[in-house]
Amino acid sequence: MAKVTINKERCKGCGLCTSVCPRKIIVTDTEALNDKGYRPAKITEPDKCIGCAFCATICPDCVITIEK
Amino acid sequence: MEKIFERPHSLSDFVLSYCPGCTHGVINRLVAEVVDEMGLEGSTIGVCPVGCSVTAYNFFEFDMQEAAHGRAPAVATGIKRVHPDKLVFTYQGDGDLAAIGTAETIHSAARAENISIIFVNNTIYGMTGGQMAPTSLIDQVTQTTPFGRKVENQGYPIHVSEMVSTLKGACYVERVSVDSVPNIRKTKAAIRKAFECQMAGKGFSLVEVLSSCPTNWGMSPVEALERIRTEMMPEFPLGVYKDCTETGGVR
Amino acid sequence: MAKVLMKGNEALAEAAMRCGCRFFFGYPITPQTELAAYMAKKMQKNGGTFLQAESEVAAINMVYGAAGAGARVMTSSSSPGISLKQEGISYIAGADLPCLVVNIVRGGPGLGGIQPAQSDYFQATKGGGHGDYHLLVFAPSSVQELADMTSRAFDKADEYRMPAMIMGDGMLGQMMEPVEFKDPIDPATLPEKPWATTGTGMKRKKNIINSLYLTPEELENLCIEREKRYDKIRATEALYEEIQTEDADVIIAAYGTIARVAMSAVEAARAKGIKAGLIRPITLWPFPEKVFAKRAETAKCFLSVEMSMGQMVEDVRLSVNGKKPVYFYGRTGGMVPEQDAIVAEIEKCLKNSQSGMNN
Repeated sequence: MAKVTINKERCKGCGLCTSVCPRKIIVTDTEALNDKGYRPAKITEPDKCIGCAFCATICPDCVITIEK
Repeated sequence: MEKIFERPHSLSDFVLSYCPGCTHGVINRLVAEVVDEMGLEGSTIGVCPVGCSVTAYNFFEFDMQEAAHGRAPAVATGIKRVHPDKLVFTYQGDGDLAAIGTAETIHSAARAENISIIFVNNTIYGMTGGQMAPTSLIDQVTQTTPFGRKVENQGYPIHVSEMVSTLKGACYVERVSVDSVPNIRKTKAAIRKAFECQMAGKGFSLVEVLSSCPTNWGMSPVEALERIRTEMMPEFPLGVYKDCTETGGVR
Repeated sequence: MAKVLMKGNEALAEAAMRCGCRFFFGYPITPQTELAAYMAKKMQKNGGTFLQAESEVAAINMVYGAAGAGARVMTSSSSPGISLKQEGISYIAGADLPCLVVNIVRGGPGLGGIQPAQSDYFQATKGGGHGDYHLLVFAPSSVQELADMTSRAFDKADEYRMPAMIMGDGMLGQMMEPVEFKDPIDPATLPEKPWATTGTGMKRKKNIINSLYLTPEELENLCIEREKRYDKIRATEALYEEIQTEDADVIIAAYGTIARVAMSAVEAARAKGIKAGLIRPITLWPFPEKVFAKRAETAKCFLSVEMSMGQMVEDVRLSVNGKKPVYFYGRTGGMVPEQDAIVAEIEKCLKNSQSGMNN
């Protein structure tokens, strides 16, 4: 089990993380908007996360922290 | 639970000025991760160019100098000669390095200057709004090639890694890409190797990183990574173009 | 140290190394070649770096990097090469970096000639690059003064954190004269530069050498602060020499090697009963305005003698501020004004000033 923390305010909603998650559990949150008006990423099923850190590796703004 | 991925210490807690999905941000982080892992934050001096990463002096925690357009390798040469024991690198885009800064690039390599260049190739001038770069592909539509880059008008893209690797002063030259997680990891390994080549005094190193520019390519960030694979990689093949690090370097 | 006989170009290089300059980035160009050649021979022995860059543009940017890294650093070139360095000099001024740029001036414009000239005065004093900035500009007229001004230039550049320039010419560079040097300084004993990029050592916050300020208020504030420094320099750092000006009717303004020719013209005029004098600016920026304003009370007119088509004459006119006529006589392109011609001009000016002719 791993824990993914997303700094929602810093996320620019670019979607790169959503394109590499092997479990498809990180998606763009179509309901939320951060201060800058971006739709941040969110984790749909946290317990499925295997802590591979693909999402964090491809994130251009370093907003994802992974604990394992 | 233990943190296995977090912002590297030498990457400032600062909102990066890059567009959403621009992989400059990834490369900035990789540089910081390598500096952290080599324990060199206290003895690194970076040189940023004029271009999208012009304000990179805000993104790193180590000393930085902002160079005139194209002149980062010369500025880095000046720094390295004053502080030969420090890690001195430049971080440059394709306009900065392969257009106005071509002479500085070639001559710092020819001099076997003990610096490392991180060369971000995204085939376009990003900061100024999408003009043709020396690495723009044939038929690539840009603000200054609205009908596509044509050989008869704008000639051919410049292949920096191949060019620089012909210079005897170049010790380590590799072209990598940040289009995918595995390639991002290889990019980090290449940056690490370049910095180690420098710290071991083996001579000039350059890492060319194929990178994306969603905004000026007019694509989504994910589509932009696809373009790196399908259009850029055939023109700019990945790989090691020179590596004398095992044989003691070139100095 | 005893006097030695030395060429100007080499004396300058020797003086630079003696005051702790350990970094020279240059590019070959006549007529400053001996300076670089001397550095190439001696810098290594002093534990310093001599590097011939791929262009003057690269050289000035190496100076930017080394200056930003905290070192005493210099470059030298001649007119066309100095034009190539203007952007870099503007960046150096914009990042508040000290350094020394030597211009052994040659005839211009364009590729021009290689004989001596002073036609880069505007470029040096009015700013050849972009933006609000100045350089400290020293114009020595002897090999001894060349050596003295070199160490002064480094000290003042460090003190005010700005680029300094020594303006010489081919004559000064190539002539041999006795010169006495100060004792060498160990660069390690120079005052510390806490702002330099030396690596944080994890003991301090990062230093940034930069001239980019995207928020206009920030950029303006910097220019305003810099202007305060420039005002202090204008008030305290102007250097000049006055000879026989107290009773002079015609005062010549001349600098560098031409001041020596002008001096002999003053003596020749005096021998003919004409009361002539000389004001020799040693710093071209800051320009010695006060002495011209003061002498405008008593002199009948001024004559600016230059190896150009008339550039410093404008600053003389500004300083005299219309009180008296300011005339100009010059040769350019490498031609050198001669004593007799200057004496003739002195006589003409005197006549014109009495008949109220302004030029």
